[in-house]
Amino acid sequence: MAGLVELVAAIADLALSNKKNAQENAMAEYQNIFTRIQPRGPIQTVPLPLGDDNRLGATHSHLLGIFGDAQLGPFYLGRLGVASLICGFIAFEVIGLNMLASVNWNFVQFIRQLPWLGLEPPPPSLGLTILPPLNEGGWWLIAGFFLTASILLWWARMYRRAVQLGMGTHVAWAFASAIWLYLVLGFIRPILMGSWGEAVPFGIFPHLDWTASFSLRYGNLFYNPFHMLSIAFLYGSTLLFAMHAATVLATGRYGSEREVEQIVHRGTAFERGMLFWRWTMGFNATAESIHRWAWWFAVLTTLTGGIGILLTGTAVDNWYLWGMKHHIVAPYPHIGVPDPGPLSAIGGTGAAQ
Amino acid sequence: MKSMELVKVLGAVGALAVAGVAFFTFERPPVNVVQRGYRGTGLDEIYNPRHLAAEAALNKVPAMLPQMQVGPLAKTVYKNVQVLGDVHVGEFTRLMASMTAWVAPKEGCAYCHNVNNMADDSKYTKKVARKMILMVRDINSNWTDHVKKVGVTCYTCHRGNNVPQYIWFKNDGPPEAGGFAETYTGKNLMIGPDHSSLPYDPYSAFLKQDPHTIRVQSTTALPSGDRHSIKQAEWTYALMIHFSTSLGVNCTYCHNTRAFGDWSQSTPQRVTAWYGVKMVRDVNINYLEPVQSMLPAYRLGPSGDGPKVFCMTCHQGAYKPLYGAAMAPNFPELYLASADTSTDSGDSGMTPAAPTETAPATATEPTTPSTTPPAAAPPAATPAPTTPMPPAASPAPTAQPPQP
Repeated sequence: MAGLVELVAAIADLALSNKKNAQENAMAEYQNIFTRIQPRGPIQTVPLPLGDDNRLGATHSHLLGIFGDAQLGPFYLGRLGVASLICGFIAFEVIGLNMLASVNWNFVQFIRQLPWLGLEPPPPSLGLTILPPLNEGGWWLIAGFFLTASILLWWARMYRRAVQLGMGTHVAWAFASAIWLYLVLGFIRPILMGSWGEAVPFGIFPHLDWTASFSLRYGNLFYNPFHMLSIAFLYGSTLLFAMHAATVLATGRYGSEREVEQIVHRGTAFERGMLFWRWTMGFNATAESIHRWAWWFAVLTTLTGGIGILLTGTAVDNWYLWGMKHHIVAPYPHIGVPDPGPLSAIGGTGAAQ
Repeated sequence: MKSMELVKVLGAVGALAVAGVAFFTFERPPVNVVQRGYRGTGLDEIYNPRHLAAEAALNKVPAMLPQMQVGPLAKTVYKNVQVLGDVHVGEFTRLMASMTAWVAPKEGCAYCHNVNNMADDSKYTKKVARKMILMVRDINSNWTDHVKKVGVTCYTCHRGNNVPQYIWFKNDGPPEAGGFAETYTGKNLMIGPDHSSLPYDPYSAFLKQDPHTIRVQSTTALPSGDRHSIKQAEWTYALMIHFSTSLGVNCTYCHNTRAFGDWSQSTPQRVTAWYGVKMVRDVNINYLEPVQSMLPAYRLGPSGDGPKVFCMTCHQGAYKPLYGAAMAPNFPELYLASADTSTDSGDSGMTPAAPTETAPATATEPTTPSTTPPAAAPPAATPAPTTPMPPAASPAPTAQPPQP
């Protein structure tokens, strides 16, 4: 182990002292899909703050080291973590068992049709009934309750861990932005609409079908300005992520992965990275501000997305017509056909479900 | 380095999974895209000539006997001719021979008739056939807003089968555990339209007595009391996917997808489909459901209901059954004697403004002809009824069904 650490240190020295050698050695090691050399010292831990539970186990894994750090653990469960895991497990079981019941407890069909299976919210006819029949959305409410509890407990755990480690709480607040969108979709908007039936079902294809149907019902979500913003921030996030990651990888041979040190003492890696962007587009973020950019783009994706969902059906009922009204839809010449009238000539108009 | 091997194995498994998805769900080129609407609207039809060739082979028009309007009327020659009595006996015999080829090519006359006494009504098939002839006449004479001048014959649906290949029964879905577990939502199984998890029996909901509303999109920008739910939208969505797969077309064959509900941006084909929905309901209510009591148990569905029709029954994957080959006009006895085939007398008082198929969307764009690629404004967008071409496609010669 110690030998490996020395080897890495030696390569780093070479990189600074001899450019040619550095390219022959360091380049070969850093320009790779996976981490080729794993420095591995003793298990790293920090002293526990007062009142925290003990941590469980810690080991090294070469496989993990290829993708990330080789050290696995120690695991901190704590009361919040345990509560979150229990709630998450209950939700997982409620959803999974209902899916299994929908194929009559047939495990083969359960595996085969898994992406198709789902757990639906109560029918719209039951409105906001708090205790609908179990087989008519009751299980959906139970699963939703426990999944939400699990997520919120996990958020609290994240917040607490960050505080206990003396960090900022940026991760927790970014997670909160995603939770906002989740709560709007499954809780806040259905309550405003007066119907649990407006909420998202659990299930892989079911929730995708729901997404398409949501847009169809409310006149094309693409004309929702907050949906537009959310997409812009989503795509912007991927762009920023690609630019930042590529810059760091490209300057890896100069030690750019040691970002924190480079922020304090700008080294060759960051100087070159910034120079690259100034030469390319005349402006560069700093090693610190690029992360601020990334954080805000990521957070605003779900923040604006949640606002867009919240306004749908509550403030705007047809986004296409709303877009026409406010001149954000490109007009086409009148090229269509007259409306022949509703197709309910033969009898009723009841709900399909 | 054991883990390096493991990474490679995992990578290989992942690559195989991606390749599998691509192989089983993607379509090999070439893909022909044909513009059918105003530029920039994405009103395109997408065709793969290979698939077209396969479908064209399934939609060939069978050989037809020449008309024989000769001889006395059938009712004067045969006994118990209740429907076709006023048909010349030559034409009557021709129709009987044609029906045998269309519906019971293996069984022959005996499929419907007691061959010792052709007038005998003891076989259920004969009684059903009589009802079906009435249905065909009704469709050809009163539903021209949907079938135009193409019309239908027994062959349109049967294609040589005793029972048409594509029919539907009330579908309560496969058995579920029931009890207090989530039960019978009517969806979220592999059997939805086009293998989706959408509702698997939108036909019972929309294509018979007491249909649910198809229109679920709000018609006002701001909320004004429209309480159609997202769940209802899923049912409409399922029905529309059935339309799409039955006709072998994209959503854009009828709709501008930026505003699905807006008729002012839709193609004339959407009006044809609108009449189709009414026609299918009418046929199911007035012909198929009454036939149920005549059928033996083995012809009934799991819920005990009789077979019913939907778009796929006639269309069978083609934008027009048999690519619009007009078989029916060759059989005048398949029209009501007094029918005025130029007007619709479909049903109810809902007479829409007469739609016309002579005003294709692309033809109303005269101001910007130069922006439209020559191949992109095909007259085939609104083909004449007998044009044996898929909608707006430019298929390879092999893909063209024979001229009727």
